[in-house]
Amino acid sequence: MIRTEEMLLNVGPQHPSTHGVFRIVLKIDGETIIEANPVIGYLHRGTEKLAENLQYTQIIPYTDRMDYLAAMTNNYVICHAVETMMNIEIPERADYLRVLVMELGRVASHLVWFGTYLLDIGAMSPFLYAFREREAIIGFLNEISGARLTFNYMRIGGVKWDAPEGWIEKVRDFVPYMREQLAGYHDLVTGNEIFLNRVKGVGYYSKEEALDYSLSGANLRCTGIAWDLRKDEPYSLYDRFTFNVPAFDSGDAWARYQCRMAEIEESLKIIEQAVEQFPESGEVLAKVPKIIKPPKGEAFVRIESPRGEIGCYIASEGKKEPYRLKFRRPSFYNLQILPKLLVGENISNLITILGGIDIVLGEVDG
Amino acid sequence: MVNDLLTSPPGWMHAAIFFGLGACLLMIVLGFVTYAILAERKVLGFMQLRPGPNRVGGRFGLLQTVADVLKLLIKEDTIPKAADKPLFILAPVLAFAPAFMVLAAIPFSDHLKFSDLSIGLLYYIAISGITTVGILMAGWASNNKYSLLGGMRSAAQMISYEIPLVISVVGVIMFSGSLNLTEIVEGQKTVAYMFLSPLGFIVFLISSIAELNRTPFDLPEAESELVAGYHVEYSGFRWAFFMLTEYVYLFAMAALTTVLFLGGWNPVPFLGFIPGIIWFALKFSLIVFFMIWVRGTMPRLRADQLMEFAWKVLLPVALLNIFVSAVVKELFLR
Amino acid sequence: MPNEHDGTPPESNEPLSKEELKKRAAAEAKAKALELARQRALEKKEESEAAAGSSEPEDALAKEKALAAAKAKAVAAAKAKAAAAAKAKAAREGATAAAGSGDEKALAAAKAKAAAAAKAKAAAAAKAKAAREGATEAAGSGDEKALAAAKAKAAAAAKAKAAAAAKAKAAREGATDAAGSGDEKALAAAEAKAAAAAKAKAAAAAKAKAARAGESDPSDASDEKAKAIAAAKAKAAAAARAKAAASAKIAEKPAEEQKPSPLQPLLDKYKAIIQKELGEDALEDSYINLLSKDVPTLVAKPDTYYQIAQLLKHHEELRFDYLSELHATDFETHLEVYTHFYSYSHRCPAALKVKINREDPVIDSLAPLWSGADWPEREAYDLIGITFKGHPNLTRIMMPDDWVGHPLRKDYEPYDVEV
Repeated sequence: MIRTEEMLLNVGPQHPSTHGVFRIVLKIDGETIIEANPVIGYLHRGTEKLAENLQYTQIIPYTDRMDYLAAMTNNYVICHAVETMMNIEIPERADYLRVLVMELGRVASHLVWFGTYLLDIGAMSPFLYAFREREAIIGFLNEISGARLTFNYMRIGGVKWDAPEGWIEKVRDFVPYMREQLAGYHDLVTGNEIFLNRVKGVGYYSKEEALDYSLSGANLRCTGIAWDLRKDEPYSLYDRFTFNVPAFDSGDAWARYQCRMAEIEESLKIIEQAVEQFPESGEVLAKVPKIIKPPKGEAFVRIESPRGEIGCYIASEGKKEPYRLKFRRPSFYNLQILPKLLVGENISNLITILGGIDIVLGEVDG
Repeated sequence: MVNDLLTSPPGWMHAAIFFGLGACLLMIVLGFVTYAILAERKVLGFMQLRPGPNRVGGRFGLLQTVADVLKLLIKEDTIPKAADKPLFILAPVLAFAPAFMVLAAIPFSDHLKFSDLSIGLLYYIAISGITTVGILMAGWASNNKYSLLGGMRSAAQMISYEIPLVISVVGVIMFSGSLNLTEIVEGQKTVAYMFLSPLGFIVFLISSIAELNRTPFDLPEAESELVAGYHVEYSGFRWAFFMLTEYVYLFAMAALTTVLFLGGWNPVPFLGFIPGIIWFALKFSLIVFFMIWVRGTMPRLRADQLMEFAWKVLLPVALLNIFVSAVVKELFLR
Repeated sequence: MPNEHDGTPPESNEPLSKEELKKRAAAEAKAKALELARQRALEKKEESEAAAGSSEPEDALAKEKALAAAKAKAVAAAKAKAAAAAKAKAAREGATAAAGSGDEKALAAAKAKAAAAAKAKAAAAAKAKAAREGATEAAGSGDEKALAAAKAKAAAAAKAKAAAAAKAKAAREGATDAAGSGDEKALAAAEAKAAAAAKAKAAAAAKAKAARAGESDPSDASDEKAKAIAAAKAKAAAAARAKAAASAKIAEKPAEEQKPSPLQPLLDKYKAIIQKELGEDALEDSYINLLSKDVPTLVAKPDTYYQIAQLLKHHEELRFDYLSELHATDFETHLEVYTHFYSYSHRCPAALKVKINREDPVIDSLAPLWSGADWPEREAYDLIGITFKGHPNLTRIMMPDDWVGHPLRKDYEPYDVEV
């Protein structure tokens, strides 16, 4: 018999595949993982503490830094929470703009995920293809908000800027283009035998486990639970659009991949419909008080971000700053299942599983 | 001229001439490596919608690699404190030397060759195996867990893939009846062996990519898993040696594939007026392009799948190829 | 879920609808001239003053009738801007009803409202203009004219926007259905008014939806229902109706405290089960959190917290299999752990809170019940300093292990060795 010895391997916080400053301490025997201990907090910026001394509008830029790949949904969740508390009506045009930018953000976010996931698995080209399309989306969002990632676009009661001249048309033209590219991705990646071998059956968990670990988004839908807050607890204008909630029931990295790719298509459908229904004119910011003071009490709202269920809890004392602000950050919850999934896997699968969960460290660490 | 030298009795003069020729070849190979790296970056850039190097040396970045090499030369040479120093220094040399040695056996045209070994093919395979030792040594000596894993993967992979690689050429040896690479090329005057033994050709191509540690078989240095694998602790020119090894092997392997399966310097029918060396260069470039293409397209395999693929798929197919080749030889070449 | 309660607004208004209509008609015939002036005022963007000034006589009538619709309007009057448009519209609808007589009036009203609903999506100027047309035309006489008016208006809306056109069509269908049979007309009118009441507080979009929803009910009842469904708008309308019903209730709540929240039955169910299993005093408090989308909120006592959580997870009729959120807050007088659950089996939400002694912050961990509570509890431990009994690995998660203090406490002072 060969005598083997366990070895501690420190993956991260600086590692190409941990997507930021995530660290995971592995106990390995050969390449087999015996135990995994995730260590997070390297990117903790104390957003919630800072928010206690900021007015509501001032908090919005901080939310951009949480999930920096889909900052629009983060913008939305805090606005939505305050609007729910104060019962503010959003002008229709503003609501459409919100839906458009959120869905564009979702497509962009999934594209980053697609690219980096394939990069993790070892294919370099899809990354660059995905980033080409993402670049177009970032361009749209830049045009409307003035920033490429940290948009700070939404305001309580609407959005900051109206869509510039010709913007809607550009977005409309983007949809068929993106569909075409998406078909290209499927040609390049989805049928690739090596890719299938890498993802099929990897990182499996059951429906019950997914619920038990509070997973959300594609991580939940990959187990066959077709749950999407856009559909099931409609907010904004999502009840006006026809779209599906893709769900696959194999519960592995392959199902998660399929889910996200299908979600891009669904988002495109929503964008298409939103562009069609887009009001020709109208206000983009409701008449809200200069200083926003939600009534005393607390509220928790949750919406569907590209990574899952993002929630915002506000405890208000009726002052202009929140008494307590708390974000339910989907990446943080989704990451919890990782140590469980890793036991018995090898290091290559660590990358596949971690990538499949689709975390953004800014969000994990808050 | 070379043939005369090879057949005449040895002496100091010979040694000097061969040394000169060797140095020449080294320069040619380094030149190739320089531009192979550039070509790879350009082709990949083209496939990945980006320009690739385009600043140093004109708009095609012709001097980019030269600048890179210069940078590597003047970079600080670091050796980790806890590393096994002698092995750490020896490893890059041990990895690179065989890469250059194998070139001696490869004929580039019927006149341009540096040796005429009767066991040329065997020589190539035997010598190239030594590189594994260098890589394993680098992985071990670095005293880094990632490099150790990379080194181990590398050893397992290269040993596994050497077997289908060797067996897949048995068909070619049967057709030509020789291990001498020149004679193998001579045997393909009418038809290239890739047509006679397509199975062998495919197995050889796959195994050769695995031998070269290139995508999709680049596990030993999988940057997304093992950061950089066995050479994670190397910097400066020691690191450059590993890169050099990789590209020299690319050169050697592409040349060997050309010789074994594509008919070497034999022209395509009716185009015999083009010199053999050009044909060789064309076929050779085709193989290099193919390998870059594969790199631009494929994701990476997983370690266990890689092993499974070698032993459960490639090896049986290579064995089948021997049988099929024997049948083909009996039926058509008799 | 709102869907279960969408039938309530028409029911509550139905018995009153006919006499209410007559009274309204009489009273608001006078207001008609005033009404047109108000429309123009609206057009000139003098919305709030005009609306506030004109709403008073209506309010008097409304009080007499004690109608939900009127009350909502009164409340809306206080809310200057958004309510103004809706109220003006509601009043305008009354005026059109008054112009004719009997059932025709009700029909006209229904149609006008349908048109108004369609128009709610269009620009304010366009809306006002179309409404004025509707009022004058309906004042003329007969079904055909009013119908034509509604159609014309719908066409005008269609010009403005594709989506609006679709909605106008749906609304028009509702109107024609109402024309089919006598009593249903009154019902339609009543429902439309209920919807109008909802409008008073809901967003412009919600307003449109509520009206549409209100009118799609009679269309459902009639034979032409199938057509409406075939138009593929029925589904969207149903969803909108559910939302409108919910929002109508929320809107009416401040005015009428007795109106229960759509999620009140859920809360009652939770309460009943918990009290049955764990005794009458297991819960410290329970209420519907109106600020937080009506989530039924249970407040547990520290010693029953774990038992209640256990019950929530395992009881056959509750089965909250999903822990959506767990966090703690420092309220200075006490600490509080807030958890939000969702039951995928029964599709219903719940929030559970527990107040913890600030001096001795110890509470049972939920991690044994929901694995998803693991990290959030570590976060609460790290940032607020609550010790969770029975947690598998209660260590700091955001802060370094040697950090001193709990940063999210209100009295937190950063510790620095050098100071």
